[in-house]
Amino acid sequence: MSLDNRRDEFDVIIVGGGATGAGTARDCALRGLRVLLVERFDFAAGATGRNHGLLHSGARYAVTDGESASECIKENMILRKIASHCVEENDGLFISLPEDGLEYQAKFVAACQAAGIRADIIDPDEAKILEPSVNPEIIGVVRVPDGSVDPFRLTLANVIDAKEHGATVLVYHEVVELIKEFGKVIGVRVANHKTKTTHDYYAPLTVNAGGIWGHGIAAKAGVTVNMFPAKGSLLIFGHRVNNVVLNRCRKPANADILVPGDTICLIGTTSDRVGYDEVDDMRVTAEEVDILLSEGEKLAPALATTRVLRAYAGVRPLVAADNDPSGRSISRGIVLLDHATRDGVEGFATITGGKLMTYRLMAEWATDLACKKLGVDKKCTTMVDPLPGSRQNDDLAKGKSFLMTTEQKSSVHRHGELAAKIPSENIYDNSLVCECEDVTVGEVKYAIKELDVHNLVDLRRRTRVGMGTCQGELCACRAAGLLGEAHDCSQKAQKELANFLNERWKGTYPITWGETIRECEYTQWVYSGVCGMDKMF
Amino acid sequence: MKFDTIIIGGGLAGLTCGIQLQKSGKKCLIVSSGQSALHFSSGAFDLLTTLNDGTEVENAVEAVSKLDSNHPYSIIGSKFAHYAEEAKNLLNESGVAVVGSADKRAYKITPMGTMKPTWLSLADFSHFDNPTPFKGKKVALFSIAGFLDFNTKFVVDNIEATGATVKIINICLPEIERLRTSPTEMRSSNIAKVFQNENTLNALLSTLKCNTNGFDVVALPAVFGLFGPEPVKVIKEQIGTPVCLIPTMPPSVPGVRAQRQLRSAFERLGGTYMLGDTVVSTKVDGLKAKSLYTVNHVEEPLEADNFVLAAGSFFSNGLHATPYAIEEPIFGADVNFLEGRANWFDQNVFNKQNYMTFGVDVDSTFHIKKNGKSFENVYAIGSILSGFNPIYEGCGGGVSMLTALCVADNIK
Repeated sequence: MSLDNRRDEFDVIIVGGGATGAGTARDCALRGLRVLLVERFDFAAGATGRNHGLLHSGARYAVTDGESASECIKENMILRKIASHCVEENDGLFISLPEDGLEYQAKFVAACQAAGIRADIIDPDEAKILEPSVNPEIIGVVRVPDGSVDPFRLTLANVIDAKEHGATVLVYHEVVELIKEFGKVIGVRVANHKTKTTHDYYAPLTVNAGGIWGHGIAAKAGVTVNMFPAKGSLLIFGHRVNNVVLNRCRKPANADILVPGDTICLIGTTSDRVGYDEVDDMRVTAEEVDILLSEGEKLAPALATTRVLRAYAGVRPLVAADNDPSGRSISRGIVLLDHATRDGVEGFATITGGKLMTYRLMAEWATDLACKKLGVDKKCTTMVDPLPGSRQNDDLAKGKSFLMTTEQKSSVHRHGELAAKIPSENIYDNSLVCECEDVTVGEVKYAIKELDVHNLVDLRRRTRVGMGTCQGELCACRAAGLLGEAHDCSQKAQKELANFLNERWKGTYPITWGETIRECEYTQWVYSGVCGMDKMF
Repeated sequence: MKFDTIIIGGGLAGLTCGIQLQKSGKKCLIVSSGQSALHFSSGAFDLLTTLNDGTEVENAVEAVSKLDSNHPYSIIGSKFAHYAEEAKNLLNESGVAVVGSADKRAYKITPMGTMKPTWLSLADFSHFDNPTPFKGKKVALFSIAGFLDFNTKFVVDNIEATGATVKIINICLPEIERLRTSPTEMRSSNIAKVFQNENTLNALLSTLKCNTNGFDVVALPAVFGLFGPEPVKVIKEQIGTPVCLIPTMPPSVPGVRAQRQLRSAFERLGGTYMLGDTVVSTKVDGLKAKSLYTVNHVEEPLEADNFVLAAGSFFSNGLHATPYAIEEPIFGADVNFLEGRANWFDQNVFNKQNYMTFGVDVDSTFHIKKNGKSFENVYAIGSILSGFNPIYEGCGGGVSMLTALCVADNIK
């Protein structure tokens, strides 16, 4: 075998760059496997980056799904340790309103305790001091160890560590075919979105971590995974109304969780079944916005007068239990399918279901299966090994140093100890690109150089450029310039700028009124009116 | 306080109307809450570049008859060409020297380095009569290192795409470097303030002179002359080669300058300009407005015979959007808009956006209406009007100025 071919051979190929895929790549790499991770767009571009960013205590599932609840609380405690730079330890309140009554509360607390989740009933007056934005009509409150987690950072930290341990990572590469030999999956054919060429990679095991798109990947192997795409819409508000997660203490329903995170807070979700044809371009409707707002006000009345910054939607990869082809019994638990035993297809496994909270456990299960199949006897260590960014648990990593500028604090908050890699020596690097989120030229350069940034949307996921109040008004053009310089192609960078502005618009037009319509009109004046970009592409 | 006319809004429309009325001997007050669209304009004024069906307009005077009947230009009617000429004269008389004409499209350069059709351009910044002015030319582009609101690479590539060769020369001056100590200070208007200093400007001139040999055009970001035409004049005089100033991302230095010049012209003519004040309430008797109160004049009524609403669109708070309706907040005037938020926006940000055409409903003399009935003495001008799309049709500046002149005539 020639040396060239060996570069295309791995122990395991993981399809999908969400939290689960990235986590699995990391776990496999840590256990010494040669890993290839293939993602068709960018990391965390699917359901991973389109949820609440809630560090679930599991309390929400306690009544309906005790097993998921107990997985959640265990993973919650692990993530606080291994991913401290991605986590805000905010705590959560489950509030009962007069319309809810207190019946559910008793059942809820008992179920939490059974699942191992600390759930303290507190006095409503105490709750109002703890979280002044809460609806003052509350009649009952339970405090639980909820928090917030940044899914982009979390996924990226897993990718960084996987790469540090030898994994090969391909973004903007799509699996177009599973290569089969005598009924066994022996590799993948991958299309490079940039060069429009295909290439084959081989491994004795391919792990499908494609989330809702995993349905299509499984189909390429000729096996059926019964998935049920469920659209969930959310709204982002312009600032943090609350500092403690607010949940409704009732059977899970629309818009009953308000999560603070970074500079914003967000409310969600709705839940509607959608067709596979819709999952690539989820758009939030005016009706969904109205539901989210009217329900959200019940959690925190201030939301009625708070500016909405953005609307977005994700698709939950819900899986039907295997013994129920009708799909009525849908599980939110982890589903690991070894297609060799299930379907007689060797060399192929699917890891799906679950939640962002349990990504690490899902990765552990998938990696255990990989190790078993490959005859590798290595124990999982991801429950104790801190992720890059969370390894230096001192003032720097917490962004508390009084000697730091606000820009440095922001970058440390985002990148943990890896912020030390951000160039800040010369004055040019300290110039601000994004004033809403305090992102410097140096941070943008670091992200472009080291964090697999191919376009402005990727850059946003790494640095929060364009995620603030103005939604990319001027920073978009500045960042596009830097991208153009880095890739030495201004034609592409200008197209990227147009794409980025449209990506921002997708999330703003459903909520464009009040201050937001002012901002949008201004942005469109600048880019279409002054810059003439409406006629450029 | 009593005036002949009170104008709400001190942007291009309000100032044009105010200047014209002052010239005819009327006593005017302009209440301005702050910045206007001029602050982020590109230093040029559009009249009409595209029809609603996408047809490009060569001669606005001929094309205007093809517009819908509710377009502000259709309301102006046969005097369109007259007011277009008058608008140009008003700018020139006010110290905003412009070139261009209504019957032939001209071109402006954008901050991306592309060309866009326009009507009037500031004479001392840059103006072009064809879309490929750099073809076959050697251009020296001076850029300020680390000034992110002027995208050198985009400008160079787009100019070179028209068949020119461009050389980038970086300007490094200690006075500019000083701005950088605070990461947010490197903005066009701040740089322009630095170049107000004669020594700094001279230092720049010596850099320019050393590097312009053999070039046909010298191009610079438009970061000169925030307070007046002097710095640009000096640069042009001292550099033998033709100089072209390219607009930056906002704030627009030429736009801010034009705003200042128009305001001074209005005040020189005896007008009163209240900056940083906002109307909070009005006193209306039936369909006749009597007076209004502002943040700074809560108890003292500001009275006038006529009122002109020039408060701009959404950006300037002339129009307010709720999730379900568009409102005009000062008089509660009738607003033309489509029902249902889904009809307000196109999913592609660069397509024609319906919300841009929303605005107050007016009669044939630009009186605003309430419940379908015209006010006796309240007019609307500029971007608060409905029936036109300033971006898609390229007509924002023209609508502001021409409706302002038309209403000034109605009041006179």
